[in-house]
Amino acid sequence: MSRSDDIWILGIHMTKFGKHPNLDVVDLGAQAIQGALADAGVTMADIGILAAGNLLGSGSIAQQLQKQVGQTGIPAYNVSNACATGATALRTAIMAVKAGEVDMGLAVGVEKLAGAGLLGAGGRAKADESEWARNGRFGAVGPVDGRIGTESMPGVFAQIGMEYGHKYGGTSFELFAKISEKNHGHSTLNPLAAYNKAMSLDQIMNDVMIAYPNTRPMCSANCDGAAAAVVVNGEKLKTLSLEQQRRAVKVSASILTSDPWQEACQVLPDVNTLTRNAANQAYEQAGVGPNDLDLVELHDCFATAELVHYDNLMLCEEGGAVDFFESGAPYRDGRLPVNVSGGLQSKGHPISATGIANIWEVCQHVRGEAGDRQIEGAKVGLAHVIGLASACGIHILERSAA
Amino acid sequence: MSTATQIPFVEYLVLEPEPHLVAQECTSCGARYFDRRNACAGCFATDFTPVEIATEGTLRAFSIVTFAAPGVAVPFVAAVIDCGGTSVRANIINCPPDPEHVSLGMKVRLATTVVGTDAAGVEAVNYGFEPA
Ligand SMILES: [Zn+2]
Repeated sequence: MSRSDDIWILGIHMTKFGKHPNLDVVDLGAQAIQGALADAGVTMADIGILAAGNLLGSGSIAQQLQKQVGQTGIPAYNVSNACATGATALRTAIMAVKAGEVDMGLAVGVEKLAGAGLLGAGGRAKADESEWARNGRFGAVGPVDGRIGTESMPGVFAQIGMEYGHKYGGTSFELFAKISEKNHGHSTLNPLAAYNKAMSLDQIMNDVMIAYPNTRPMCSANCDGAAAAVVVNGEKLKTLSLEQQRRAVKVSASILTSDPWQEACQVLPDVNTLTRNAANQAYEQAGVGPNDLDLVELHDCFATAELVHYDNLMLCEEGGAVDFFESGAPYRDGRLPVNVSGGLQSKGHPISATGIANIWEVCQHVRGEAGDRQIEGAKVGLAHVIGLASACGIHILERSAA
Repeated sequence: MSTATQIPFVEYLVLEPEPHLVAQECTSCGARYFDRRNACAGCFATDFTPVEIATEGTLRAFSIVTFAAPGVAVPFVAAVIDCGGTSVRANIINCPPDPEHVSLGMKVRLATTVVGTDAAGVEAVNYGFEPA
């Protein structure tokens, strides 16, 4: 079955997403790690490297977590890559295993975000200057956020969706709201989602407008959560139990890209090119194409973002994202279900956990362990994250042949 | 209008003789930048020359921001404008901030607005784009 340099997910765990007022980031991260170790059937003694991410905390989360779960002296990496932090932590562990330095690695991402306000808006209210003074890369005499466009995430991603509509046509406020309606509907089957209630199109469209065309339920939900994964090489996996081999999920592709230069990227982050590049590399590495996928968890940080990623991940023809959605394909009973977990809009988006939590979701399905929301017969799935600045992580996961 | 009492809000805005934006253009590949770069992000060359940006353009993307960071006045229209092949980030001004008055593909032109006056009486002048 497995080649010695293949990479496998041996164990993976996601905590309940939502509010955890009595748990801090260390408690939550430790819960995810212990869950992943138990799922893998190994202990910290087996782990050769730890990579951990937590964007909003005090730093050194990897070492803090070791002190909770097992302080074995292994190399510990603290990684930070915006919303792609979790995927970057996993990729760090995978690279160490792939390089042959260790045969088992652990990655974890954790965030406490419940009750956090608007993210990504750097515009601090500035005290009036006695005389104008220039600051920053544009030599501005005051904050540019709100005066020269927006730095808020909802506004940035709104423009990204609108730009797609300008280029290809067919988009509308209602279309974007329907994408959100789909994901809120999906999360009713996910007990670990931060929000489990379906929302009607009317409810979504009439909720508080954050940045047109994204209303509040069309934005990723701030919440607490953590996710962790144990990865192992094929050679080591062969020495483990048949049950461990049967439940192991093959990492057919593990890709991280950054955004290459493009004419407009200095005024609006280009989340398209790096996703398309990552998808091309991932499909080639895995030897599969979009038509082979049974489900996709993509980075729907806003309803407007989900639309463009149908196209970027080549789930449809170029320019065909609106038709793809309207065909019903990305619904859980459609041809290619997208975000059956509820996605970031409903499952929630504890930033650093997201890039492992989406892989956990795909693993649940290809292992046949997704319960009520199981996509029947799922063998291959893709997990995608975007961190603005920008970073894109894509993993393709396949059911074990054992 | 005298420049003695007015300064541009950002360095890449030039107020005289008519308000316009100036970018640094890579002399090797033509890529344009509104901030200073050590090398061109596209081709790594290191020589740049200032170029004037067209003051008329097409609205390529927008969002009507109604919820923003503290200190940011809402609502406002954040936009990306295609100015003769150069993408510019700006607010849409002199126009009601609603989807009935702002639409993709609409023609817009550069306009200026005073954002404030300091203790010395100097006005800071910002740019935006208004319906053409
Ligand atoms: Zn160049």
